[in-house]
Amino acid sequence: MAEAFTFELVSPEKLVFSGDATEVMVPGTEGYFTVMKDHAPFMTTVKPGVVEAKLDTGEEMKVFVRGGLADVSAKGFTLLAELAKPVSDIDSDFINEEIKTAEDDLNYAIEDKKLSMEEKLNQLKDVKVQLGF
Amino acid sequence: MPSLKDLKNRIASVKATQKITKAMQMVAAAKLRKAQEAAEAARPYAERMNAVMANISAGVQGQDNAPKLMAGTGRDDRHLLVVMTAERGLCGGFNSSIARLAREKANSLKAAGKDVKILCVGKKGFDALKSQFSDIIIDVVDMREVKQVAFDNADSVGKRLIEMFDEGAFDVCTVFYSEFKSVISQIPTAQQIIPVEMKEQVEELDVVQYEYEPDEEQILQDLLPRNISMQVFRGLLENAASEQGARMSAMDNATRNAGEMIDKLTISYNRQRQAQITKELIEIISGAEAL
Repeated sequence: MAEAFTFELVSPEKLVFSGDATEVMVPGTEGYFTVMKDHAPFMTTVKPGVVEAKLDTGEEMKVFVRGGLADVSAKGFTLLAELAKPVSDIDSDFINEEIKTAEDDLNYAIEDKKLSMEEKLNQLKDVKVQLGF
Repeated sequence: MPSLKDLKNRIASVKATQKITKAMQMVAAAKLRKAQEAAEAARPYAERMNAVMANISAGVQGQDNAPKLMAGTGRDDRHLLVVMTAERGLCGGFNSSIARLAREKANSLKAAGKDVKILCVGKKGFDALKSQFSDIIIDVVDMREVKQVAFDNADSVGKRLIEMFDEGAFDVCTVFYSEFKSVISQIPTAQQIIPVEMKEQVEELDVVQYEYEPDEEQILQDLLPRNISMQVFRGLLENAASEQGARMSAMDNATRNAGEMIDKLTISYNRQRQAQITKELIEIISGAEAL
């Protein structure tokens, strides 16, 4: 089995998860990436999507995150998520609500921010399909 | 001199008041615990955010193309004061001390010839400031429906601030809230959030060479608005804890005062009753003597 490293998932409201994981897949803005032990120091923004972590205990954890920042350092992997919610707690209403908010944001956004907002919206729609709603 | 019946009524009414204040104190104590937990839960995020911000901004600072949210617009003519207060009163000096701090700041900025705008978060701050500043208060954000402050509440305020900043509505933004020190001590605080004031990072930062994806500047672009929302969120959480703390001690005082009042009223009630009895006895005795 792969070696474990420290993985922390933090949202503004609480420390969602802190513990050992062997493998974490994250939806980075430039594409999905997987963090394993001894990953090179790396920092990227995260788009809305599902984080999949294989824990040390053999369990698998799936959490929906709405944007954030991933910080991989020698000390471990810290994911700062704007919102983090276990996939098991998510229903179609929640996703639809998220999509609606994103649409509203897009409508009110100023011109040079539209592009990133649109990306976010599309990403949310992908997540909806991915989760099968 | 109030009659015996009046006194009795008053004692009953003060007792009822005491019951209410006692109940409010206990409710505040329970809410305070929750609010404190929420404030503590938010700490890890804020700490890591700060660390990351410090890490990245060290590289970008001083450059001409530094993001405006960090470097400012280069002027400080127009100020936006975000005054965060509670939605309800009966919490001692909590609301008024925040409002006072904001008022002083607004007046001194005005005196210096700056343009001042105020955004109230919470109704009580608006109530306190509207008589003097009704012309410069741009809006009141209603938090009445909010039981437990969620990040989304702060985020909507944060987004709004950034929108206004992008439109060039102000140069400097300061938030006013009450910092929670302890149940008996809450300190009204003013904190500048735009442009971001970087705390002097004394300890050596670990100089790990990070790989950035996309580049540092874009990450910073993404991070700065988040940081603004986070600061607003922190203010709201501190405020929530402070409000309950202030209410708890105010209601504790009220309960104690009501107790004192009941004691005093009871004494005068007893005295008067005794006087009445004595009077009646004298009347009976003198009536018997006259016969």
